[in-house]
Amino acid sequence: MSIAWSRIAIYTVLVAVALLYLMPIYVLLVTGLKSFREVGLEEMWDLPSGLHFDSFRQAFRALDSNLANSFRMVIPATIISCLLGSINGYVLTKWRFRGSDVLFFFLLFGMFIPYQSILIPLVKTLQALHVYGSLWGLVVTHVIYGIPITTLIFRNYYTNIPTELVEAARIDGASIFGIYRRILFPLSLPGFVVVAIWQFTSIWNDFLFAATVTSNPTIQPVTVALNNLAGSFIVEWNVQMAGALIAAIPTLVIYVFLGRFFIRGLMAGAMRS
Amino acid sequence: MNEAGAANSVKTRRPLLRLPRPLLRLHNIVSDRVLAVGLIVPSVVAVLVFVYGFIGWSALVSVSQWDTVRPDYTFVGFDNFRNLFHNFRFLIDIRNTVVFTVFFVGACLVIGFVLASLLDRQIKGEGIFRSIYLFPMAVSFIVTGVAWRWLLAPRAGVNLLAEKLGPGNLDYGWYTDPTVVFIHPGSRFGEALHSLGLGFLADANFGIPLALFSVVIAATWQMSGFVMVLYLAGLRAIPEELKEAARADGANELQVLRRISLPLLRPVTLSAMIILGHQSLKIFDLVVSMTQRGPGFATDVPALFMFETTFQGNHFARGAAISIVMLLSVSVLVIPYLYWSLRKEARL
Repeated sequence: MSIAWSRIAIYTVLVAVALLYLMPIYVLLVTGLKSFREVGLEEMWDLPSGLHFDSFRQAFRALDSNLANSFRMVIPATIISCLLGSINGYVLTKWRFRGSDVLFFFLLFGMFIPYQSILIPLVKTLQALHVYGSLWGLVVTHVIYGIPITTLIFRNYYTNIPTELVEAARIDGASIFGIYRRILFPLSLPGFVVVAIWQFTSIWNDFLFAATVTSNPTIQPVTVALNNLAGSFIVEWNVQMAGALIAAIPTLVIYVFLGRFFIRGLMAGAMRS
Repeated sequence: MNEAGAANSVKTRRPLLRLPRPLLRLHNIVSDRVLAVGLIVPSVVAVLVFVYGFIGWSALVSVSQWDTVRPDYTFVGFDNFRNLFHNFRFLIDIRNTVVFTVFFVGACLVIGFVLASLLDRQIKGEGIFRSIYLFPMAVSFIVTGVAWRWLLAPRAGVNLLAEKLGPGNLDYGWYTDPTVVFIHPGSRFGEALHSLGLGFLADANFGIPLALFSVVIAATWQMSGFVMVLYLAGLRAIPEELKEAARADGANELQVLRRISLPLLRPVTLSAMIILGHQSLKIFDLVVSMTQRGPGFATDVPALFMFETTFQGNHFARGAAISIVMLLSVSVLVIPYLYWSLRKEARL
């Protein structure tokens, strides 16, 4: 009997916490779905009278070009990050050389630094290279500062592919490229998925680089545009809420369908895998 | 299938990736070992320049007198740092960072651990619960900030929800509350803090800004699921026989948790503390979108000060000095951790 009660208590706590965690999404959703007549702050928690998409339409109109910018930045940056990470991970596990562990340590440190400490030189350098304020400037930035984490994830992944396989191929005369192409790469799909999801999510969600490198509103990614939208006193709050949800949808969709790969990225980032 | 056979069967497959022929012939001329190094050179150079080179450059700016739009690298020694530690806003920022780190990391550890240990009891729908607790990790801090700014808005949000659910309107100011609490070191609460090793929070000159707790709540909402995942993985790695043996010796569940699970989870706790701690030292996005500086700088942080003073005020040298202080504080936390993690890995 007491065991049954303790089970009920556990489930009650779990459900209560789950509701608490979903609360912000509830508010974002119901506010976004209300008509403009029923969005008073006093009705914040009430359900909408029907499904009204006016707020979403208006938020989308305000953010659509920025959403496009985010995609145009995230997709190339993610692809290049994956390739670089994969090559680095391959070399650091299957072609280790003297000092490769020390090198790895210095690579990894780059993942933890506060980016404020490189921001001024970054801006000056991008300006000198004439990519400041462009999406390509942001792509380059994200690719470079993504090297540590992508290398780390691929290195962990390739560690689990038996080195004997590589040795055998070398004895058979396969070259460094041949081994990558015929052995490592075909086995790399899960690694690529983890890295791609990780990079997509963190680049999409980035604000600091986006806000520093792009001052022109027409090329700003969605996080910066959303922050401007939410900081504006003339934009109704239901439009802000709808905008926040729109900005969150791409990464949330990925999370819902590929959450278990997302978790593997998280664990790697904490150096626990 | 033996290993050579496995390699052979892979070799005969059509390659997924096509590489240009000259690249493939390259290894006849240069040894593969040299090529291997060559392959990571681009990444190494990029990190060398963009991480280490730029840190050096920032350090150079931080000891210069560059205080306008135009760069000026005239050396002024540590003046900028000295001024910083006499700057009212920066001192408040340091206090805020300390308070934020203590409460944010503490809350995440407790909530993450409780959720993980509850989920580790053959829960039906564990996957669904886990997904719900973790999903905030997938959204941007900007989204979190926008949502929580309205949830903790004094005239709406949680205050209003309390009224609707019964207890009555909380009438609490949340992030608009300018109150700074000073805890007397001799008071009962001050002594309790002291015994927890948090005595500095009860320093007579060290106030705790209440508005900051709104940011702590939003950040904890976003990050506690991450700690849960770490602890859950840690708990699953503890051999069941160990716990069984303790139970056979008459230990109850709480004792099993305290005497077996918790000590074995110490490395997980350390990881979580380092990761969350270093994040709270550089927190920026959430504050920008949720509260900005707050009443009387109650929610201001070094990253926000750095951003404003550098890119809005053009005080580049001061901005660089702030960033170097941030870097040093993160390094103190992260470098030993990285060293420890990689050494542990090497020993395996």
